[in-house]
Amino acid sequence: MSALLEVRDVSKSFGAVAAVQGVSFPLHAGEAHALVGENGAGKSTIVKMLAGVHRPDTGTLVVDGTPAEFTGPADAKAAGIAVIYQEPTLFPDLSVAENIAMGNQPLTKLRQIDRKAMRATAERLFVRLGVRIDPDRPARGLSIADQQLVEIAKALSSQARVLIMDEPTAALSGVEVDRLFAVTRALRDEGAAIMFISHRFEEITALCQRVTIMRDGKHVCTEPVEDLSVDDMIRRMVGRDLSALYPKQEAEIGDVVLEVEGLGREGVFRDISFTVRAGEIVALAGLVGAGRSEVMQAVFGVDKYDTGTVRFLGKKLKGGDPRAAMTAGMGLVPEDRRQQGLVMELSIERNVNLPRSRALSRLGLLFGGRERSEAQEWTKQLQTKFGRLTDPVGTLSGGNQQKVVLAKWLATGPKLLIVDEPTRGIDVGTKAEVHRLLSSLAARGLAVVMVSSELPEVLGMADRIVVLREGHVAAELTRAEATEETVMYAAMGQETK
Amino acid sequence: MAAIATPSASPARRAFGGLVKTRELGIVIALIALVVYTAANNPRFLSAQSIRDILLNTAILAVMAAGQAVVVITRNIDLSVGSVLGLSAYAVATLLQANPGVPMVVALLIGLAVGAAAGALNGVLVRYGKVPALVVTLGTMYIWRGVAYSWAGGDQVTASELPKHFLSFANDSVLGIPWPVLVAIVVVLGVTVVMRNYRAGRELYAMGSSPDAAELAGIKVSRNLIGAFIVSGALAGLAGVLFAARFGTIDASAGNGYELNVVAAVVVGGVAISGGSGTVWGAGLGALLLTVIGSALTVLSINQFWQQAIVGALIILAICADRVVAVRIARALRKRDSHV
Repeated sequence: MSALLEVRDVSKSFGAVAAVQGVSFPLHAGEAHALVGENGAGKSTIVKMLAGVHRPDTGTLVVDGTPAEFTGPADAKAAGIAVIYQEPTLFPDLSVAENIAMGNQPLTKLRQIDRKAMRATAERLFVRLGVRIDPDRPARGLSIADQQLVEIAKALSSQARVLIMDEPTAALSGVEVDRLFAVTRALRDEGAAIMFISHRFEEITALCQRVTIMRDGKHVCTEPVEDLSVDDMIRRMVGRDLSALYPKQEAEIGDVVLEVEGLGREGVFRDISFTVRAGEIVALAGLVGAGRSEVMQAVFGVDKYDTGTVRFLGKKLKGGDPRAAMTAGMGLVPEDRRQQGLVMELSIERNVNLPRSRALSRLGLLFGGRERSEAQEWTKQLQTKFGRLTDPVGTLSGGNQQKVVLAKWLATGPKLLIVDEPTRGIDVGTKAEVHRLLSSLAARGLAVVMVSSELPEVLGMADRIVVLREGHVAAELTRAEATEETVMYAAMGQETK
Repeated sequence: MAAIATPSASPARRAFGGLVKTRELGIVIALIALVVYTAANNPRFLSAQSIRDILLNTAILAVMAAGQAVVVITRNIDLSVGSVLGLSAYAVATLLQANPGVPMVVALLIGLAVGAAAGALNGVLVRYGKVPALVVTLGTMYIWRGVAYSWAGGDQVTASELPKHFLSFANDSVLGIPWPVLVAIVVVLGVTVVMRNYRAGRELYAMGSSPDAAELAGIKVSRNLIGAFIVSGALAGLAGVLFAARFGTIDASAGNGYELNVVAAVVVGGVAISGGSGTVWGAGLGALLLTVIGSALTVLSINQFWQQAIVGALIILAICADRVVAVRIARALRKRDSHV
């Protein structure tokens, strides 16, 4: 059977990060094909290449047996590829009918848009999809499920032969998922090729005939779904060696530093309880969207919480007050250091001393000398590589920027450090350095909470692992209990055998 | 907007269409109220000469507002239009001073071309320079004004130096409508139809409504955006020719400060500054309303200084009204959804 669309030995790098390396798989007509992999395995990059947003560095996309070059989304569309993104991409001010027709509106003789025909098309598509959406209403205010359906109608109206769905079910309820699947199955049986990305294995087995597994940007295997058990899939998604990347030092575990009890926030997370002791690294694991960062932001006081308590060093900590948390001895290294962790235009020394500028100032003024000596001390301890302390932070590499963020918080002498995705976007060498640093800090008695999407990092660094799924604690595992499989099972809500 | 109530439309749909239309309707009501009140106080306000003056003054503003609306709908802004008007007016006036034989049509085309070139530069800088339109057009606003000043020096072209046929363009009428007003009507209606009924127009709305989605939908964003700036520039250039014909005396400061009047007309006319919604004919009505307010205040012998304050208040009112309408629509839609 020849493939409708074939990804052939495709690679794509962003700067030094190789997002996709030599991946090949075919999409056949009348078949639903699942693409699975951990966060950051390169699935979204594949989607964006098929959508014409990114161009592969090497390798080719083959449409109907002929190599195709997409210079933009319009080319992919013309080739019959429709993409439904995780985040719907509708035009809120335009009517539903217009959203569906955008780009191939029916025209009258005078090349004007034939609104009647456009409306009729939308209505016909909705009948076919078995849904009731008013084609004349604006897209603004539609529920996520309805937006998803409008996106599908859009794909249908453009006569798409390849439908790519990037986690379409993430925001849908059970009934809505069923409806979406019924529609997708019908499309598949009419001869469309479907590529389906999901973290939910029951959906994959229910919908798909073939599955491609990716890991670290590489192709692991492409096989019929019936030949693989869920166990097989998970094992292949995560299976890799824990290398010397994770130099875990033995630390003496001390008293309880942080005690979170029954923490909840309407619609985000609920009933979260865990403790962190001095010298301990506790990892918060789970899939993207499980609520890991949200929980720690609430603990630190950046976000509010509705229920539960946070006790820090034996005292109850006021919610929604990051200043109080900082004074008490908590530090937060945020996920997005460019946006939240650093002021890119300011110098290294200024950034290091930012949280303490008040303590360092005399009569409300900051003097260079004191700032400099402090900054020197910390950057040296962390082996930060830079030209001069007065250089803007923005000129440093990602790993060194991360060290400046760490220096900034360590300079405040914290008792607890929360690090959110500490090594995202950092090259492998610096990654190991950051790990060594965290480990040695813990050995010196610092309590560390690490939020991470990278399983090896979680397993390599953590003394205990709290796994979150859909806003609640799915499991708490000790270092001995934790394997890639047990963590993934918990994160995806699968039963352990 | 898209919502046209067809006979078969549900009551809810008609209500929704009504809400959308309230903006233009609101302006019309405000206009009528203002005209009735002013005329009651001073009947001369409705004299033929007074109406003629109002329409002629509106024409220049409305032509520019139509172009500005196109740019604002894409979630951009063009602040250079006042300077482009000045440049085009001075260029056309000097040309006719030297060659009195140049026919009016050619003068109009030259004005359009000068403006289109200036607009193309704006569009290219915004799109390929990745600089916000506010900054780019603020820059070109000063550049074109500077070019006009250094070209003109302290000179001015006076009415006596311009050919009769050029000056009479502003006064002659067809079927009782002065030529500039006719030009303005054709421009506003023409641009309205293109924005409403043609693919290119709808794509501009889409780009303003969600720039990211527009890229993903495969819309030719670069071409469309540069096109929008060219339209705005060209219409400002056209307005420059109308300006020259109407006032006769042109120096380098022609159209100074017009850009803000134009933006005000567009916003008062119901085009959302955040892009994606509003109509071109609404912007034309906005231009008419602002001009009528100016004239009414004179006729009512209210201090001219109040005029600016009133225009300011109107802009804020317009934006608040947009907000209220948006909230009401959202509520209406939610209520309807719960019945389905």
